[in-house]
Amino acid sequence: MGAVLLLLVVSAVTFAIFFLVPRLGGQTADQLATQYVGKDANPESVAAIKQNLGLDQPVYEQYWHFLKGLVVGADYTFGPDATHCSAPCFGYSFKSHIEVWPQLEQRIPVSFSLAIGAAVIWLVSGVTTGVISALRKGKPIDRISMFIALAGVSLPIFFTGQILNALFVYEIPIWDSIDYIPFTENPAEWAWHLLLPWISLAFLFSALYARLTRAGMLETMSEDYIRTARAKGLKETTVVSKHGLRSALTPIVTIFGMDFGTLVGTAVLTETVFSLQGIGAYSVQAIKDNDLPIVMGVTLVAAFFIVFCNLIVDLVYAAIDPRVRYS
Amino acid sequence: MSDDKDETKTGKPDASGSVLTKDTTADGDVLLKVTGLQKHFPIRKGLLQRQTGAVRAVDGIDFEVRKGETLGVVGESGCGKSTMGRLITRLLEPSGGTVEFQGKDITHLGTGDLRPMRRDVQMIFQDPYSSLNPRHTIGTIVGAPFKLQGVDPEGGVKKEVQRLLSVVGLNPEHYNRYPHEFSGGQRQRIGIARALALNPKLVVADEPVSALDVSIQAQVVNLLDDLQDELGLTYVIIAHDLSVVRHVSDRIAVMYLGKIVELAERDQLYRSPMHPYSKALLSAVPIPDPKRRGVKSERILLKGDVPSPIAPPSGCRFHTRCWKATEICKTTEPPLVELRAGQQVACHHPENFEDQQPQDTKLLSSAHEAAEENTTSAVEK
Amino acid sequence: MSKLDKAALGEPDSVAPSTADDAFLSVRDLRIHFDTDDGLVRSVDGVSFDVRKGKTLGIVGESGSGKSVTSLGVMGLHRSARAKVSGEVWLDGQELIAADPDDVRRLRGRKMAMIFQDPLSAMHPYYTVGQQIVEAYRVHHDVSKKVAKQRAIEMLDRVGIPEPAKRVDGYPHEFSGGMRQRAMIAMALVNNPELLIADEPTTALDVTVQAQILDLIRDLQKEFGSAVIMITHDLGVVAEMADDLLVMYGGRCVERGPAEDVFSAPRHPYTWGLLGSMPRLDREETDRLIPIKGAPPSLINLPSGCAFHPRCPYADIPKDNVTRTVRPELTEVGGSHWAACHMTQEQRERIWTEEIAPKL
Repeated sequence: MGAVLLLLVVSAVTFAIFFLVPRLGGQTADQLATQYVGKDANPESVAAIKQNLGLDQPVYEQYWHFLKGLVVGADYTFGPDATHCSAPCFGYSFKSHIEVWPQLEQRIPVSFSLAIGAAVIWLVSGVTTGVISALRKGKPIDRISMFIALAGVSLPIFFTGQILNALFVYEIPIWDSIDYIPFTENPAEWAWHLLLPWISLAFLFSALYARLTRAGMLETMSEDYIRTARAKGLKETTVVSKHGLRSALTPIVTIFGMDFGTLVGTAVLTETVFSLQGIGAYSVQAIKDNDLPIVMGVTLVAAFFIVFCNLIVDLVYAAIDPRVRYS
Repeated sequence: MSDDKDETKTGKPDASGSVLTKDTTADGDVLLKVTGLQKHFPIRKGLLQRQTGAVRAVDGIDFEVRKGETLGVVGESGCGKSTMGRLITRLLEPSGGTVEFQGKDITHLGTGDLRPMRRDVQMIFQDPYSSLNPRHTIGTIVGAPFKLQGVDPEGGVKKEVQRLLSVVGLNPEHYNRYPHEFSGGQRQRIGIARALALNPKLVVADEPVSALDVSIQAQVVNLLDDLQDELGLTYVIIAHDLSVVRHVSDRIAVMYLGKIVELAERDQLYRSPMHPYSKALLSAVPIPDPKRRGVKSERILLKGDVPSPIAPPSGCRFHTRCWKATEICKTTEPPLVELRAGQQVACHHPENFEDQQPQDTKLLSSAHEAAEENTTSAVEK
Repeated sequence: MSKLDKAALGEPDSVAPSTADDAFLSVRDLRIHFDTDDGLVRSVDGVSFDVRKGKTLGIVGESGSGKSVTSLGVMGLHRSARAKVSGEVWLDGQELIAADPDDVRRLRGRKMAMIFQDPLSAMHPYYTVGQQIVEAYRVHHDVSKKVAKQRAIEMLDRVGIPEPAKRVDGYPHEFSGGMRQRAMIAMALVNNPELLIADEPTTALDVTVQAQILDLIRDLQKEFGSAVIMITHDLGVVAEMADDLLVMYGGRCVERGPAEDVFSAPRHPYTWGLLGSMPRLDREETDRLIPIKGAPPSLINLPSGCAFHPRCPYADIPKDNVTRTVRPELTEVGGSHWAACHMTQEQRERIWTEEIAPKL
């Protein structure tokens, strides 16, 4: 309920930004239409586009058409042929006149694969490092891993990514290329070919998560209930894993949900560095071109993932912390 | 406050109030008068935040505070005593009833109109650690009330603050130090100095010593005593420690689930409490004398927990745990009446006094259980 | 049993010096120091005491006196590299300080158990009360979860929780303060420990609930015959519960002895100060309390000589400034009643009977 509302708001705001801003800047419907037709614009084609895209209608009506298209699909006429754009219809690219949704459909698995693999790597490595650091606070292993973590947080992805790329694809060609091979086709190849992008993306995040986990663990391990657990005579490993880690992970789950959801639509840098055809890369060009249907499509898909992941987080959170369930 | 104004106050048709003021103290100026005071905190649920119930923290209480006296308020957690403190200092707005300070109704005054009253009523809080801003020097903290009220004391703020610091037994030269440089007891003194800055008439102290070590508690209690003598302060002291309350108070109100169940002169309350709850509360206080361990059969062990203030029991709120409860206790709420001079009680079957509802003799089953609990625990010892 | 254990450890009996024969727990010269950035904190600095089975030792002191650290030291819960623990802790004939930490762990929760001050923070918020009791039972007993849960329900019933079969699946936050403390007690007692340490068990509770909990602890002690250490700042609680009393100040014991003697004839000015500081319901109302001046000392920078001297009104009675230079040792002032003060017995007796006692 709240999630649907949120998606509506996001779409409306995006719509408003990309439709209203040019107009507030003084552009007329004709000028906009001309932009889309390109250099060889003649009055007829401009008028056709204008009508076709509904550029001459008031904003709310255009927005309504857009929403309707999402749910039931829409019919467009380009020249003599009427085309049906089936639901969910994000319309056609202003630039290439290609339908948006099939493009997105192709690219979502790429971005999703990139995000999920990276997420697994950074969760495992980040949390492990964080826990070890916390338990060995002040010892060499803590200092070293925290130093690496600091480096990881400070190094931008296009740096680590480029280096990995240069090293293992060009210098020592372990990989002949970085490609997206669908999971359904060959899971092993899928993972193998995405490993480098995963590592470079995960490096940044695992550094962040190591620091978060360490801080969380340090706090939890000084809680009274940890003392109680020890007083019961539990083994230290049980105390750490069953009593310490579970509490320390709660805030991590929240942040993870956000990060993961956001990452699906925004791993632009990684996608660019490794030339992966994901939705992040797709959106960059569209923004430059002011290609509203694509921007809308990407934004909604990204927002959907964020909202969806937060929903999952809420469920997981309630499962972890019984105190949340009753309020 | 002028004398004739006072006449009109005592002349009001509040029977118990007027009797009290005539009988007990010559200095009977009423500084604060609370009538039917209520505070319900709404419970909201769902997307639309609809109100589904209310926590009845304070649920209709009446009392007066006379000039120069100390009114102690005791009760267990959840009885509403802290909420009451915040209501009479108007840190919270009451949901019902009235609060009159020096004859002026302050129940629903807005922030601006409250300003003059804020000078006269000050509050001391429980936790000397969280109630002082760690980023401010104690000079700034104690001097803040002057700034807020736009008062320019004689000789300047700094001099006045240093005077206040020495009044509460701190070194005036510590003016520029920060709260973390002080111990708990000293911090509480800082809180007291701040409260005294504007020469208040009424000081409401919420658990002023409960966060302090025993040896420090005594210092602060003595300080509060001295200040009252020197400055003619009036105190409302809210505390859960019955020994401390007895030591500092002239009169004491015992609260249970948002109600005052007994309001009495100190010695009367401690010698012969009339409300069964007061009695149980007093008997539960451990006595620092190992020799008395054998003779402790008079201890009353209450069963179970205090019921929820969201749905308090009908009739007398204590009837679910009372060993004297009868049918009438379940159906009719006993009014707070002055049974003995200087002792108001809200009970149908008071202790140490004649039964108010002698016709109603059949004990509730819960009362049987409560009574049993006591006899068995007494026998075991 | 105790002899066997000693033999198993290969320790000669003589290692335990002057241990009372029937003492279940004997602590000798326990020192717990913490290395901090600000300096060495001597939280406990040479404390000795005995607790017999079926008896209760009360440890009284203000914040920072070392009373809680002592109890955690007995439990072997100071495992951080920064804590230096020395001395001897004999539990039922077995020495714990030098023992293998894993052996001590196996005793924790089984032979010795602990109840903490704030049951809300001392119980894990994510596990049900039942799960936590079951866990405590199964560490030391090789039984199925089902059996352990039955045992948990039994214990909840024993400590007076209504509808135990239902409440066993409740979470700590669903319990009231008093009920939580009862559950905590059930958890501590689930393995029938012979030593129970209660660290301020009622400080977070209301008086009427406190009375219930103290009553419960007393009953359970009678039933199981365990040795109990009751740590508190409340002299009233101690007077009700303790057979013996240990008064701590600045990480050391300043007075110890049978509770009745310490209350009726205290022989240390700090104990006098504690008694004078608290208003008492069993006495006629007094005008003024007699506080101790100043504040408890910092454990990093303990005053020289007698740590109490800066706050002691009688610090100048002993000659040659001795209170500021020499640390007083515990000396016997009566049948197993000890105090650490430079004043002579006669001086203290006179001050107590003439100056202090009449004002209390």
